[in-house]
Amino acid sequence: MFLFLARRLFQAAMVMLTVALIAFALFQYVGDPVANMVGQDTSVADREKLKQDLGLNDPIIVQFGHFVQNASKGEFGQSYRLRKPVKELIAERFPATLELSIISAILALLVGIPMGVYTALHPKSWVSQGFMTLSLIGISLPTFLIGIFLILFFGVILQWLPTFGRGEVVDLGWWTTGFLSKSGWQSLIMPAITLAIFQMTLIVRLIRAEMLEVLRSDYIKFARARGLHERSISFSHALKNTLVPVITIIGLQIGSLIAFAIITESVFQWPGMGLLFIQAIEEVDIPIMSAYLLLIALVFVIINLLVDILYYSIDPRLRMN
Amino acid sequence: MSIKSLLTTNVSILALTIATTVALTMPVQAKTFKYAFQGDAQSLDPHSLNETFTLGLLGNVYEPLIDYDKDMKKIPGLATKWEATSPTTWAFELRKGVKFHNGNPFTADDVIFTWKRMLSEGSDQKARAALIKDIKKVDDFHIIVETPVPNPTVLNEMTQMYVMDKEWAEKHNAVKSSSPKDAGRDGSYATTHENGTGPFIVESRQPDVKTVLVRYKDHWNKDIATNIDRVEFTPIKQAATRVAALLSGQIDLVFPVPVQDWNRLTKAPSVKALNGPEARTIFLGMDQSRDELLHSSVKGKNPFKDVRVRKAFAHAINLDAIKKAIMRGASTPSGLMWAPQIQGYNAASNTPYKYDPETSKKLLKEAGYPDGFTVTMDCPNNRYVNDEKICQAVASMLAKVGVKIDLLAQPKSKYFAKVLAQGGYDTSFYLLGWTPASMDVYNVFNSLIVCQNKEKKAGSFNLGNYCNKKVDELTKIIASETDVAKRQAAIDEAAKIIQDEVGYLPLHQQPLSWGVRDGVKVAQRADNVLDYRDVVMP
Repeated sequence: MFLFLARRLFQAAMVMLTVALIAFALFQYVGDPVANMVGQDTSVADREKLKQDLGLNDPIIVQFGHFVQNASKGEFGQSYRLRKPVKELIAERFPATLELSIISAILALLVGIPMGVYTALHPKSWVSQGFMTLSLIGISLPTFLIGIFLILFFGVILQWLPTFGRGEVVDLGWWTTGFLSKSGWQSLIMPAITLAIFQMTLIVRLIRAEMLEVLRSDYIKFARARGLHERSISFSHALKNTLVPVITIIGLQIGSLIAFAIITESVFQWPGMGLLFIQAIEEVDIPIMSAYLLLIALVFVIINLLVDILYYSIDPRLRMN
Repeated sequence: MSIKSLLTTNVSILALTIATTVALTMPVQAKTFKYAFQGDAQSLDPHSLNETFTLGLLGNVYEPLIDYDKDMKKIPGLATKWEATSPTTWAFELRKGVKFHNGNPFTADDVIFTWKRMLSEGSDQKARAALIKDIKKVDDFHIIVETPVPNPTVLNEMTQMYVMDKEWAEKHNAVKSSSPKDAGRDGSYATTHENGTGPFIVESRQPDVKTVLVRYKDHWNKDIATNIDRVEFTPIKQAATRVAALLSGQIDLVFPVPVQDWNRLTKAPSVKALNGPEARTIFLGMDQSRDELLHSSVKGKNPFKDVRVRKAFAHAINLDAIKKAIMRGASTPSGLMWAPQIQGYNAASNTPYKYDPETSKKLLKEAGYPDGFTVTMDCPNNRYVNDEKICQAVASMLAKVGVKIDLLAQPKSKYFAKVLAQGGYDTSFYLLGWTPASMDVYNVFNSLIVCQNKEKKAGSFNLGNYCNKKVDELTKIIASETDVAKRQAAIDEAAKIIQDEVGYLPLHQQPLSWGVRDGVKVAQRADNVLDYRDVVMP
């Protein structure tokens, strides 16, 4: 186990270093940050000086070296645009993204798993057919479109739900939460659904396919022959064995919920990290972009690690080795 | 004390009590004004970034000596009176009884401190502050401002010099303007905190998320129109989300609204679109200095050096069609590089080039390009109103006279990196927009029209280096002539030369595009600044 972890951690470090290097290679092509940091009347000399002071005239590899050196100390520099340390900005924005992702994931699981199980157990019922059609729509409609439809219908026409932002948030000092206010929950509904729909449909289809596979296997037939309760066959035998591949996918999907909440966040002006990132791209805010990409790499690495550990606990065959 | 006076006192006390009771029992309705813009102010430090939105928002918090009213006319701000005592000196009388938000009194020392702070290392207002040679204190409420040369525009520039409290800045180690590179370090206190004299106080702020401002009860001016007590400002990046926020009634005002949404706003029951003219002129520029264009099919020579080619371009572009088809009738076609709101504008000089493709073809033929030529056009796609669409329209109009345009439309960060000085003015033909921050024509001349001159910091945005010695001479007059009539004569003469030799191809002044809830009264200023002083809620 220890060796396994050590090897995994080393791999993780390499992955993150590579991500950072690729990111830096790309930053050359995103444009000139200085033009966004000064007014139109600022002289050419002053612009040049600012560029020099920010170290933007150094070769990429030198800039990368500085970045890695600082990052290893937990320093990510200052945002060009918002003029605050990147660390603080990410810490401010992280709660919004995490709360949104968690609620979306819970929503996707709570709705997706039962739907998947149902469609596998009753493949021919019209309810299943309905679920499958819905999931097809969910998987093929782009996220931003779903978001805009929701805004139009529930926000503009019915005026039931707020169309942007996080509502009232409560500051706990180390965390800001929207869970403690009514407007916080109201604001969460549409973004969470938007973000959850793709995951939900994916889970439905995945569970259904895996479960249909498992239901055909011999031990299910034996279980039936033994006269076990249909319910216990479906859930403790079939579903449990379905879960191994499903967990891998769901794990990665949670990673992408955090990483790719970008679109949902920008449609709903949800003040999370994704929005921070997308605005950073537009304004060439390199410190934010690099820190964000590294953080996302870290999230994926951690999730993968957790998934590997989960395998151990779910699948006894892995423990044997 | 006589019976009578006792009675009067009693009566007046009684009256006062009744008045107070009535005032207390009347429902005090705090009016909150909510609005959204596409981005956020980058800093609360009024000297660290010379950019319209940032300074516009801070103009509600900080104040200059001379302010603009809703029609961009100069009105007394923290100064009550000013007069020229010689061509290079101005005597100012400062307003008495003004207090900063922390209660400190405002005096001449604060003005002098502000000027010095604007000259400090991290400041983005150095160029503006350098227009003043010295500020001398006569007493606490009288100062003498000296300019190095006679300068007819210095008063305009002073509208963007926001006065900061000296004592407060010293206490918080913020005597130097913060710059982007010292974010989060010592000296960046003013980036996240404010202490102005303006009618609103920043109550809380999370950059990019939300800024809340409340009315400053002790503001010196009791006559400002607004009735709002609280302002909630939210940046909303996506245009569709911004418009939805307005339509759903959560927000009182949003800007900018995309041109294609105007109809929706007009049809919606409780909102309306405000499309006043903006002072920003959109124009095309041509590389007139290189011997060979960087991006063109013509080799060995530069077609734009030939006035006939430039004229051919001018007559090939149909400004009315752009107005009608792309700007929904809301732009103002222009023959000048500056807008009617700009000091120095003369309607008599404003004659747009006539749309005449036949003449264009003839001119191109005369110039030796009977089959036209190919040139790359640089265009931003997220900076001005419908910028990319304008470029596409220009490309198709030029195609009709035989000029093939390779359109390179890019996001502003990439576009500016390529075409501005840092990119080595890497462009042959481009679209740009310009609002002179001083609202005076000299800024246009000095930035866009005079020959590039790095030492003199002139012509920095003259990307194609249009260069005419006579115009340069006239610009010197425009810079320093304090006699209005003589100055206007120089402006008109220069305008004529520029038009005759087609130094630039002005297109139009773009419209402002705000969406506002019915019943909310605002003043739409030509510099696209929202002044809370003019916001009246129902």
